Amino acid sequence: MSEEKNEKGQDKGLDRRTFIKTTGIVTGSALLGGFHFVRRAHAQQTGPIKLGFPIPLTGPYAFEAKDQQAGAELAIAQINAAGGVLGRKVELLVRDDKLKADEGARRAKELIESEGVHLMSGILAAHIQLAVNEQCKLQGIPYMSISQSNEITMRPDNSIYTYHEALDPHQTTQAVGEYVAKKYKKRWYFLTSDYAYGWQMTDGFRRKGKEYGIMDVGESKHPLGTSDFSAYIPRILAAKPDVLFVDNFGKDQINAIKQATDFGLKKKMQLVCPILLMSSRLGGGAESFDGVIGGCSFYWEMNHPTAKEFVAAFQKMHGRSPIDYAGYAYSGIKELLSAVNRANSLDAEAIAAAIEGRTYDNYKGNQWWRPCDHQSQQDVFIIKSKKEKAQYDVFEIIAKVSGDKERLLRTCTEVGQDPNKPIRSGLIKK
Amino acid sequence: MDATALLMQLFTGLSLGMLYVLLALGLSIIFGLLTVVNFAHGAMFMWGAYAGVSVIALTGNFWIALIVAPLVIGGYGLIVERGLIRPLYGRDINYPLLLTFGLQFIMLEIVRIFYGTSDQPFKAPDLLSMPIEIFGTFAFPSYRLFVIAVTIIICIVLWVFLEKTNLGMIIRAGTRDPLMVRALGIDMGRIWWLVFGIGSALAGLGGILAAPIRSVFPEMGITMLVECFVVVVVGGMGSLSGAILSGIIMGEASAITTLFYPQMADIVIFLVMAVVLLIRPSGLFGRAGLLE
Amino acid sequence: MENQTWWRRLVTFISNYPLYFIFLFFIIFPFIVPYKALATQIIIWGLFALGFNICLGYTGMLSFGHAAYFGVGAYTTGVVLIRLWANIWFGLFAALFMGGILALVLGFLCIKRKGIYFAMLTLAFAQLVYFVAFQWVDLTGGDNGLRNIPAAPLNFFGLSINIYSPLNFYFFVLFFVFLSLLALNLILQSPFGHVLQAVRENDQRARSCGYETTNVRWLAFVISGAISGLAGGLYALYLHFVGIETLYWMTSGQVVMMTLLGGMGSFIGPFIGAGVFLYLEDVLSNITQSWMIFLGVIFVLCVLFFPAGIWGTIKGLSTRGKKELPASSAP
Repeated sequence: MSEEKNEKGQDKGLDRRTFIKTTGIVTGSALLGGFHFVRRAHAQQTGPIKLGFPIPLTGPYAFEAKDQQAGAELAIAQINAAGGVLGRKVELLVRDDKLKADEGARRAKELIESEGVHLMSGILAAHIQLAVNEQCKLQGIPYMSISQSNEITMRPDNSIYTYHEALDPHQTTQAVGEYVAKKYKKRWYFLTSDYAYGWQMTDGFRRKGKEYGIMDVGESKHPLGTSDFSAYIPRILAAKPDVLFVDNFGKDQINAIKQATDFGLKKKMQLVCPILLMSSRLGGGAESFDGVIGGCSFYWEMNHPTAKEFVAAFQKMHGRSPIDYAGYAYSGIKELLSAVNRANSLDAEAIAAAIEGRTYDNYKGNQWWRPCDHQSQQDVFIIKSKKEKAQYDVFEIIAKVSGDKERLLRTCTEVGQDPNKPIRSGLIKK
Repeated sequence: MDATALLMQLFTGLSLGMLYVLLALGLSIIFGLLTVVNFAHGAMFMWGAYAGVSVIALTGNFWIALIVAPLVIGGYGLIVERGLIRPLYGRDINYPLLLTFGLQFIMLEIVRIFYGTSDQPFKAPDLLSMPIEIFGTFAFPSYRLFVIAVTIIICIVLWVFLEKTNLGMIIRAGTRDPLMVRALGIDMGRIWWLVFGIGSALAGLGGILAAPIRSVFPEMGITMLVECFVVVVVGGMGSLSGAILSGIIMGEASAITTLFYPQMADIVIFLVMAVVLLIRPSGLFGRAGLLE
Repeated sequence: MENQTWWRRLVTFISNYPLYFIFLFFIIFPFIVPYKALATQIIIWGLFALGFNICLGYTGMLSFGHAAYFGVGAYTTGVVLIRLWANIWFGLFAALFMGGILALVLGFLCIKRKGIYFAMLTLAFAQLVYFVAFQWVDLTGGDNGLRNIPAAPLNFFGLSINIYSPLNFYFFVLFFVFLSLLALNLILQSPFGHVLQAVRENDQRARSCGYETTNVRWLAFVISGAISGLAGGLYALYLHFVGIETLYWMTSGQVVMMTLLGGMGSFIGPFIGAGVFLYLEDVLSNITQSWMIFLGVIFVLCVLFFPAGIWGTIKGLSTRGKKELPASSAP
């Protein structure tokens, strides 16, 4: 057995007895020590209710991720103070997905397998949500998504275990598009980030615009992560649009707005972003964003009772004002946990039944859980960037677009679900 | 597409290319003399921008930052060469590459710790904030013209330094035949040290020049790095005129592609590189150890 | 050999019979790490690093574009399972095959260059593959990734085994790792393997002995790509998903770091490197958000002081102090 491996001299350096001795010691101690590390591979029946929460703590969106965590912590603190879930305390297990899909999937695996989480939430990036959702579906863990994605409520990603508290590009664009179509002139140009997010935003705007007879005067697709938009400016100017939709996110949005301002585009057209992020506004600066309008799900200066309560509680706990991502996390987790309490069980079907069709108002006005796809119907706010160099007082709300009666949502059929039945696909019998 | 638009596009391609040129110069000069592939070049670019942020926070003056930031990064380069790269001489050629590869992560994380992960707002100085009307309706930001001008000046200064000074002559000789230069009694170690510092300073300068145009964030050097490598390899590693020409070509290629087929804008520089390398394996002007 | 301490003898034994040690160790491995998915991740990346090591450690070529083979292998398995035939054997074989083919093509373009140019070329071509995959949304899902890879059962001589519980999947992957190790061992012990090492030591001399070194390196590159592709295929099954980051140059960089960390030119090194890297990353991520700085520092220290990697250094320490020259020294 050993001959073909070793062409060296006769002396192999170790005799059989020593080998067996060593192997025995190594294996024995490993097993003994190893039992110490072996964790339960299933969720506990007693002890705290564990909520897994992978978010991009490192990387370009750490700002948003921290607020996601802060919102989650607030919701859990409030629920624990009111008696917890099923009489047990809730524990938040935060992990870093490093903005990578395989890392997110791995974290989800670790949370489910090693920590035995009962529920999952978190994730910022659309594609990572889908990856984590896959893992949750495999193991039958309810997942409350708190960030934008069009696919998460569609077949084949959607399932009975999947819930979507946040807006999706479709709702966002229908709302913002409606506002812009009514207020501004008809020549529309699109600067689109060349990936799913950008395409979906642009498609959504086009769709809404068609209803108002707008003129699509052109589109420029730019690769994700473009830092220099100067090459796109001449074409945009040549098309002479009235409105320029900047359909991108994060850094790209900052660069695009900054450079559009540098090239004097604002004098000739109105700049619109589907979602105006606080971090973009702070990073880009007051001058660059001055006059830019866009959509958002929530702004902390809203004049609404539950909003004021949420903001006050958040400020008390964290010493700063919440951004929209904090609101998503707060509301989404509150909904998930309260559903478990109402269902009086961790069974997925019971939780689903307790959420579907429910109207609620956690922090921003009326929201409703649509049964066919577990999407939360909600209002969208149009905000405008202020010129002040402030820390948080950087936007003003100029309009609210109502989400009532599914007017902003895609139809159930369109997302591949049955309009007459609540979603039950993917149910695993455990 | 009328002629004016095309002209405007060529102009934007030029300003795009200039940043490439600055970084490629630094990378090329380091490789030409030290045969070290500085994987931390993108991180130095990024540190230049952040150094600018700090200096402006301290002094409120962009012009001071423009001078100070590259010097700071150059100084940092001197430390890196002396402390981290020098111990690797004599080993396999890949080790400095690997070291600088790891170094960039450290540099990235340091910035994240001290400045946070969000973008830093960075404005061009008021003097350069006015767009200049050229080609009629096209308002070209004067700041970008400034960048083009500064890069041209740097190229000229570098050329004069290499061609007309003794030190420059030693550097050029050193890339051609380091052994001979040593045999003549000149301490190559000092020269390498200096050149690494100069290359780093160039990267830092690129960073602070880029800051008002793009956003300043920790990962800003990463995409820049790969593009930069492509530029240098196409130009010929170790060739300065190659770096300049290649930078301009790449900038223009990117701009023109964006005009006609934007999806390919990312890919086009790699395609150009693949084509160039298959035809001229050492790049456009590359010859082993020639600094021109 | 009386003056040799027990651990020196152990190290010598392990380096003489790496396969036995690996077999034994990895059978108990899932029970000593915090969770099984981590163990699976480690051996998959270990396999990837092993494949990469053929290129770097055994042939002496630093490739900065191995993510291409890993990623293409992953996407191949995913696409095959979704669209062609939900059969795991076929899916993995396809990954192996595609990894090899891609290495064949790209290798042909890159292999004539050496050293830094080779590294840059491989990087550039890998980025090209990345961008193509990014744009080819219909096939790869673009930046959303390839989802819904079916959890096909393993059909083995009429038995249908569910391999998706964490422990089962680990041993499933381990099976392929063992197979690859045996295959590689055969290759490296063969005359070809010796030519490979000759080429690494001194290309010119090997050529003067009459070997077509370019072809030798090319073949090694293909084998390297195939193994990396297989690792990618296993990764796709592990995650039920393929992310576009799999093809990004950071993945190439990560496998380089692992191989250096563990030690090039041996079988055990890559696995140690993968294990240490991933374990540290896991543990550090839970403690601090600045985990990257620790990994970076460790890597830099490794390059400076321990270029032979963890295993290489251990081996080096174990042979120190020997007064007599060994009859034949291990490479």
